[in-house]
Amino acid sequence: MRALTIALRTLSREWRSGELGVLLLALTIAVAALTAVGFVVSRVSAALDLQASEVLAADLRLESPAPLSPDYLAEARRRGLATATSTGTLSVVFHGDASQLTAIRAVSPSYPLRGVVTVAPVAFGPAAPATGIPARGEVWAEGRLLATIGAAVGDEVSIGAANLRVSRALVTRPDQGSSFTELAPSLLMNVEDLPSTGLIQPGSRARYAALFAGGRGAVDAFKTWIVAHKQRGERVLDITESSPQVKSAIDRAGRFLSLASLVSVLLCSIAVAMAARRYVQRHLDAVALMKTLGATRAFTLAVSLAQLSLIAAIAAGLGSAAGYGAQAWLLHALRDLLAVATLPPPSLMPIALAIITAIALLAGFALPPLLQLSRVPAIRVLRRDVGPPPLVIWLAFWPAAIAIVGLIYWVVRDVALMAGFVVGLAVFLALLALCGALLVRFTGSVRGRVGVAWRYGIANLARRRAESVVQVVAFGLGIMVLLLLALVRHDLLEDWRASLPVDVPNFFFINIPPGDREAFLATLREDGAEVSRALPMIRGRMTAINGRPLDELTFAKEDGEGFANREQNLTWSTELGADNQIVAGHWWRPEDTGQPLVSVSTEYRDSLGLKLGDALSFDVAGEAFTVKVASVREVKWDSFQPNFFLVFPPGLLDATAGTWMTSAHFAPDVRRPIAKLVKRFPSVSVFDIDSILNQVRGVADKAAVAVQSVFAFTLLAGLTVLLAAVQTSREERRFESAILRTLGASRRTVRAGVLAEFVTLGLLAGLLAALGASVAGYLVAKHVLDVRYSFDAWIWLWGLAAGAALVAGGGWFATRSVVNQSPLLALRGG
Amino acid sequence: MSVLKAESISKEVTSPEGPLTIVREVELDIAAGESVAIVGPSGAGKSTLLALLAGLDVPTSGQVWLAGQNLTALDEDGRARLRAERVGFVFQAFHLVPALTALENVMLPLELAGRRDAQAHATQTLERVGLRARTGHYPRQLSGGEQQRVALARAFVTRPAVLFADEPTGNLDAATGKRVCDLLFDLNRDLQTTVVLVTHDHALAARCGRALHMDGGRLA
Repeated sequence: MRALTIALRTLSREWRSGELGVLLLALTIAVAALTAVGFVVSRVSAALDLQASEVLAADLRLESPAPLSPDYLAEARRRGLATATSTGTLSVVFHGDASQLTAIRAVSPSYPLRGVVTVAPVAFGPAAPATGIPARGEVWAEGRLLATIGAAVGDEVSIGAANLRVSRALVTRPDQGSSFTELAPSLLMNVEDLPSTGLIQPGSRARYAALFAGGRGAVDAFKTWIVAHKQRGERVLDITESSPQVKSAIDRAGRFLSLASLVSVLLCSIAVAMAARRYVQRHLDAVALMKTLGATRAFTLAVSLAQLSLIAAIAAGLGSAAGYGAQAWLLHALRDLLAVATLPPPSLMPIALAIITAIALLAGFALPPLLQLSRVPAIRVLRRDVGPPPLVIWLAFWPAAIAIVGLIYWVVRDVALMAGFVVGLAVFLALLALCGALLVRFTGSVRGRVGVAWRYGIANLARRRAESVVQVVAFGLGIMVLLLLALVRHDLLEDWRASLPVDVPNFFFINIPPGDREAFLATLREDGAEVSRALPMIRGRMTAINGRPLDELTFAKEDGEGFANREQNLTWSTELGADNQIVAGHWWRPEDTGQPLVSVSTEYRDSLGLKLGDALSFDVAGEAFTVKVASVREVKWDSFQPNFFLVFPPGLLDATAGTWMTSAHFAPDVRRPIAKLVKRFPSVSVFDIDSILNQVRGVADKAAVAVQSVFAFTLLAGLTVLLAAVQTSREERRFESAILRTLGASRRTVRAGVLAEFVTLGLLAGLLAALGASVAGYLVAKHVLDVRYSFDAWIWLWGLAAGAALVAGGGWFATRSVVNQSPLLALRGG
Repeated sequence: MSVLKAESISKEVTSPEGPLTIVREVELDIAAGESVAIVGPSGAGKSTLLALLAGLDVPTSGQVWLAGQNLTALDEDGRARLRAERVGFVFQAFHLVPALTALENVMLPLELAGRRDAQAHATQTLERVGLRARTGHYPRQLSGGEQQRVALARAFVTRPAVLFADEPTGNLDAATGKRVCDLLFDLNRDLQTTVVLVTHDHALAARCGRALHMDGGRLA
């Protein structure tokens, strides 16, 4: 209690010395960075949990790519369960010539069994729960669909062969999270209208769902029955397993953003350590005096700890508030990526994380020097050269390492991932530090060739080399990430687009009925399109590899299971396209016709761990057969030609019912007759590649904004490190500035020297950032996108300008009072 | 009656040239209420002896008894507690806590000793040294003489058995130094505190009841 009284009494005066402010700032930024991400993840996860039952629009859901037997519905009704059906497909919706690829859902009258559909009288109008489903001849269309095709409520739109009236704007529907594409806008229609559209033909890509709801016991019993009776390819979903992909994607994104925010925490911890070191230096005399006056070691430690704990508590509060503000911004940036319209309030867990972060950083980085401070001997009051005994190595290093590793583990909850991150980050930071040290060293060597102010500034950098390197790395890292996301990402995408041939297909057509194939291709050609190859598309399932059922196998890569278990798109072809290259085995020879062989893509081989000669068993339309891997192909997917992971030789699947797919290029000046095509061939699904690429780019842009926002904290952390470093050297700077002015230097010269120091520091950080961003860009261009990396001078200009402006601004702010002080006062120590 | 007693104390430190004995077998016995000056040239070991007598440091050999307690048998915290109860200090560089006001500086030893009446007592003592009007001032707002008077108030506020002073006038001009000395001896007389001081100032030493000369680590 006495310790607390003294701690509180001295706190306001201590505040003016600066290091407690830096400590507070560093802890606040660290807490804000982590809690901002924590709040976002907690809100999105809570929304998903709340919606778990609504996601299915039912308690139990049976899904299949093939029409479902009516027996399921009959059995459910016999057991007293409520039932409904929902058929989903992707098709283009037209209003005049305007069109948009849309997720169409045709539902039966009792839909949804759980949750509510909300609609509005006009697009983007106030949402209200709907009663029933659209009447026959009517549809409910999402606002963004109406906006894209320029339609309004009351207008007629064309879907396949049918013209239907938009009677409401669809706002939300319960099972929108489980559709195949989250990107396409939704449209809800009455299942009775589905035949008139002609969208569903034999072999069409559609998803059929039967919905069931009722008492818990009845649902569980029916689930057991349905699992026993369901056909191959049919999937039972209940609320415990709804949207696992969405949840794991959110979980992964959350972890990634948290790890990104940990970089800021790491930098802040450096500032904490620097501030703590200065705190200790400044308190050596006071603690020795307190001991002389009779204070015990525990008491002096308690005073320091009370002060720092108070700072930690304030930082946890301020940081959580700042984090809360930042999460609102992050969610705003991500708003279109989230399928949920309104989010529940965040949980309090991130605040617990905030407190733990503040305590961990203090315990790891400030406690060891404080323990050392408490060991300063009382005799220092008589002999100022006596300091505390040196810090024991384990005490200097381990608490910090444990605090950081502990925080990383808390965020990732995975030992392997944690180890990978720690090692990766350590190597990366060591590399940056090495580059930073070389840059600082090089700069030191040129100081003989510059004027007095610059010489003074550069000399300061070289003298405080360790601090300079830390600051160059801190700022360099922050600027590097921002450059990567803002400029390099854009450059790479442009390079990739520029690398595509001008006549690359810009439309994909799938679900072409075999009987319409020739007519469809002829129509395309008549309309001036350059048509690529047409390939058959047959659906099947893989059942075994080398005679072993899939559920007994483990796969070479994480995505192997997904590759093996999903519904497979199979094709056969005589020709090997120019965008395919055989890397093992051989392509089909005339004698291979009708033989049980298959050619797999390299992705397929790698994920499933396949080799030539492996036997793959398939079930296609109820017929089982086994084929041997005869070749492996490397596919250039960005040719936008029809391509498949699995290609069979001709003569094996020719008789199997399937549809065809192709792609086509329409020159920019050619009027695109898509509306006419869809009207004539209603079952064909059209994908506009340009609009898909734009959508993908939109997603990437938004994700980049979110990541950039998190890395903005890194820059703030860098500024805190700068402040801490300036604090540490404050007395030294004050004295030097006084000496210089006593020797006749004008205030302007001293200022110029300080500015030169920080501008140089900023230029070095910018140089490091531009270098790192360019190297990363080059590596991605060469190894991921396979395009030539083009040098972008803007990266270097922006890097250098941002570094110089940021560091010079921050440094000037931190040192202005030192420079402006009168030399007499400084020399007197006032 | 003896309040401070040193029995053959020595202090040896390690220097780059090898072991160095700073205080060599010093015997000392100081009675309650006595005022003793330790004088001698720079480097004679005066301040080290003061530190050993006050329990700020421990002798390499020998024993120190302060107010009946064997200092050399106590650990660091035990010596701190004894200082809180029985010892006051005045330093050449004043050593006020910059973050505390004059009043708070004087309250500090009382609070460390767990006294509840710290504020009233400290205010009274500041009044005694003529600084009633300066209670809310921080050290940097006070002159050197005023700072040393605050230090005196802080040293005497606990009514210590022994007051140790290290060059108490060393940082003051002659007139201010004299005023501070007057105050020191007034308090010594009024409160019956034993005073042990280290000084170069012969006038100050002459005002003490006894002067001990130290040279080469030995008492002459």
